[in-house]
Amino acid sequence: MANNAPNGTIRLEIFRYSPDKGEEPKFQTYEVPFREEWVVLDAINYIKDELDGTLTYRWSCRMGVCGSCGMMINGIPKLSCAAFLREYYPKPIRVEPLANFPVTRDLVIQLDDFIGKLKSIQPWIVRKDGEKPVSEGVYLQSPAEHARFKDFSMCINCMLCYSACPVYGLEKEFLGPAAIALAQRYNMDSRDQGRSQRQEVVASHEGIWQCTFIGECSAVCPKHVDPAAAIQQAKLSSTIDWFQEVLWPWGGKK
Amino acid sequence: MKPYIRPMPRDWWLQRLPYLSFMAREVSSIFVAAYVVVFMVMLSRISQGPEAYQAFLASLESSLAIFFHVVALAFALIHTLSWFSLTPKAMMLYIGENRVPSGLILGSHYVAWIAISAFVAWILLN
Amino acid sequence: MESHEYDVVIVGGGGAGLRAAIELGESFPKLRIAVVSKVYPMRSHTVAAEGGAAAVIKSNDSLENHCHDTVSGSDWLGDQDVIETFVKEAPDELIRMEHWGCPWSREPNGQVAVRPFGGMVIERTWFAADKTGFHMLHTLYQTALKFQSLKWYDEWFVTKLLVDNGRCQGVAAIELLTGQLHAILGKAVILCTGGAGRLFPFTTNGAIKTGDGMFLAYQAGVALKDMEFVQYHPTGLPGSGILITEAARGEGGILTNKDGYRYLQDYGLGPPEPFRKRAMELGPRDRLSQAFVQEEAKGRTISTPFGSAVYLDLRHLGEATINKKLPFVRELSKNYAGIDPVYKPIPVRPVIHYVMGGVDTDVEGATVVPGLYAAGECACISLNGANRLGSNSLTELLVFGRRAAHAAAQFAAENPALASEKLKAQASDEQERIASQFIRKQGGNERVATLRLELNRLMEAGAGIYRSGDGLQKACSGIAALKDRFRNVALDDRSLSYNTELISVLELEFLLDIGQSLLHSALCRTESRGSHQRTDHTARDDQKFLKHSMAYRTDAEPRIEYKDVVITRWPPKERVYGK
Repeated sequence: MANNAPNGTIRLEIFRYSPDKGEEPKFQTYEVPFREEWVVLDAINYIKDELDGTLTYRWSCRMGVCGSCGMMINGIPKLSCAAFLREYYPKPIRVEPLANFPVTRDLVIQLDDFIGKLKSIQPWIVRKDGEKPVSEGVYLQSPAEHARFKDFSMCINCMLCYSACPVYGLEKEFLGPAAIALAQRYNMDSRDQGRSQRQEVVASHEGIWQCTFIGECSAVCPKHVDPAAAIQQAKLSSTIDWFQEVLWPWGGKK
Repeated sequence: MKPYIRPMPRDWWLQRLPYLSFMAREVSSIFVAAYVVVFMVMLSRISQGPEAYQAFLASLESSLAIFFHVVALAFALIHTLSWFSLTPKAMMLYIGENRVPSGLILGSHYVAWIAISAFVAWILLN
Repeated sequence: MESHEYDVVIVGGGGAGLRAAIELGESFPKLRIAVVSKVYPMRSHTVAAEGGAAAVIKSNDSLENHCHDTVSGSDWLGDQDVIETFVKEAPDELIRMEHWGCPWSREPNGQVAVRPFGGMVIERTWFAADKTGFHMLHTLYQTALKFQSLKWYDEWFVTKLLVDNGRCQGVAAIELLTGQLHAILGKAVILCTGGAGRLFPFTTNGAIKTGDGMFLAYQAGVALKDMEFVQYHPTGLPGSGILITEAARGEGGILTNKDGYRYLQDYGLGPPEPFRKRAMELGPRDRLSQAFVQEEAKGRTISTPFGSAVYLDLRHLGEATINKKLPFVRELSKNYAGIDPVYKPIPVRPVIHYVMGGVDTDVEGATVVPGLYAAGECACISLNGANRLGSNSLTELLVFGRRAAHAAAQFAAENPALASEKLKAQASDEQERIASQFIRKQGGNERVATLRLELNRLMEAGAGIYRSGDGLQKACSGIAALKDRFRNVALDDRSLSYNTELISVLELEFLLDIGQSLLHSALCRTESRGSHQRTDHTARDDQKFLKHSMAYRTDAEPRIEYKDVVITRWPPKERVYGK
């Protein structure tokens, strides 16, 4: 396979941290060939393969859908497989692990906290009378009903939104953009009946009410999920719930 | 296997423009509130009779008061614009399968704002 | 040696592994289940599947149709009992996906929509726009989180199966975070580790697809079946190899050469008009990829900096259809090829996509090693034969993930004893092997990346779309030499915590063995069938080769044996498309 001949090089300054050594993190600089079609991930793979096998990071699909390769690139959370070198060339690129997460090693962050939060919002279809038998076929859902939750179902769990969210940076208890968007994804699904049991987590102090609506979660989202919208929408419907309970207590919970 | 925890720097809000404009929006509410206080004082003076009101108006002519009003106006504008820019996120409206475009929601807000302002101005000027 | 005990251990958290996990959580709630995955489950490569999942659901379709399409798609190398089971169970599986929340695209009346796909006589592919695999994977993962009996071992890399007294009873796995190897014992083990596209340099497959489960079973004495059959997807982006889904053609996209001519009509797939299924762009993938090579030889392809290509033209579909049905195609083309398919045709070329071969199993997913099961792309249950039809594999994950779970649960109930001490001793030996061979190793001068690149080049040269006896022979010698050089490999990274270079070297070790089984299977099959095309044996030979290749691992080269294909209702015929 022919490659474009490299025209010059580009410098990457990469955050390094080794837990085994117990040293403070540092930045290490690498010169890599500049190629028009390369993304930051290609450059990092080049370093790993040719220059320094100790460089540690996650990646897999290199097409923006597996969600593994999120990094801070010049201070902004991005998928490194979707950030082209040409957008930065000839200036150097600074690569750091996603902000707001504990760093395991180099560019690898710990996402156990998110997995726990994801589970807490019960991200599955809840039916009051249980799932219907397969013999009865599918639940009907119109294209318009499908459209209500479609965008929220696009989350790839890449963690860029948590990394862009100062509230999460300051308050680790905050449920956070992706988890709330996924809760809303199920709440808005015409097949689901589990909203009231999700509310306990979603509408708690650590849930939607922590959000101060900075909106950066949506700005950095590579899949246009718009978690900020999900959170405001959830705030609105929770407020309506509250008024209904106060003003119309005999109306019963939805 | 100790993970490395990076503390949030104190000046995190200075590091990126979107964070700075968020902080500006937060700070703007102080000025909006301050203006509301001034406004309440004015109402109270009106209720105390024309003399009290005239004295109040005179006090507004000081350069300090003018300066305050200019700054408050600027922050009120920041407050309005920054909140308006968020309205398409808070309002998820659909026409059939399609989400109402954010430009339309934003535009409707500005149109409503201008219309209401014009109406208020019309009442005041008549 | 730390150890953990379970009833069933699932290796791999992609579509098949998660479907198995859900089945065990739901139908066998008392069993303790471990899901061991080298990545967080939602990173698994099922995520990248785009076009859809096939199952008969519409009244104008029939099980018979789906069976026949699959049999002829497989060039009669699929086992017909397996195909019948698959086709029968497929609709229920997709309905269950719907019940679990999979956002299938809908018709105006609220029913699920289906689209045409290559090699299928009628539209029967369920889809969620063009991100079907992504939606299925996340639906399965999120649904699986519901079950308390599942214990998640995320980012644990299995290096070896623990086998005692001929029975598989667990795995040795490295926890990436700490670098410690543990024994994860189970009364039954299900391998769901996916394919091995990373054998090749130019592939749609993600970095993680290194055939781990294939190697683990192969090492434990199970044959790798039909490994010579590797699918080239006809439409990948030159350079990156990123997949442009077959759904693009299912929705009406056409393939043209440098003159704007629909060249497929010259290769037994035409005539181009009228539009119909099982013809032209909706022919099977093997035929389309082979047609590309022929067209290239005639000098009628376009040239790009990344090799020659043809055009996939979607312009006539219009922006609205592209946005609604193929949004990911548009996003990928714009981002990675700088082409907006609304206005320009996309340059594409064939790219390694899927390994039809894999761990030999029966229709329950059972291997010859008691207690060891496999499902999904890592298994060769003989659904796909010599060529898989697009959209059968997503459904395969579900049907056979579930079946393997049942068989494994039953086996675990009947075989409760575990030889814990012996298994732990084996795991200790494995830890010592890895430490001495890689971490503590002195000397050595081969880089992992160099060897991997050479393996990739050798596989492409020897086992591409067209193969020859000479070329395969050369590749077989080449891979033997690479295995020698592998002994001289040296890591830069000798640390414990999150050592990705160590994982890479273990994956390379796996790939070298799997690649060797592939090349030898291909060398021995002196016929052309489906995706295996020999320039020196151009005809299909049912007399000698209506059989599965079975590659067994030995200390030297693999031993190749054969096993009969199961024929039930569809005796071998010529494969006809375009009529």
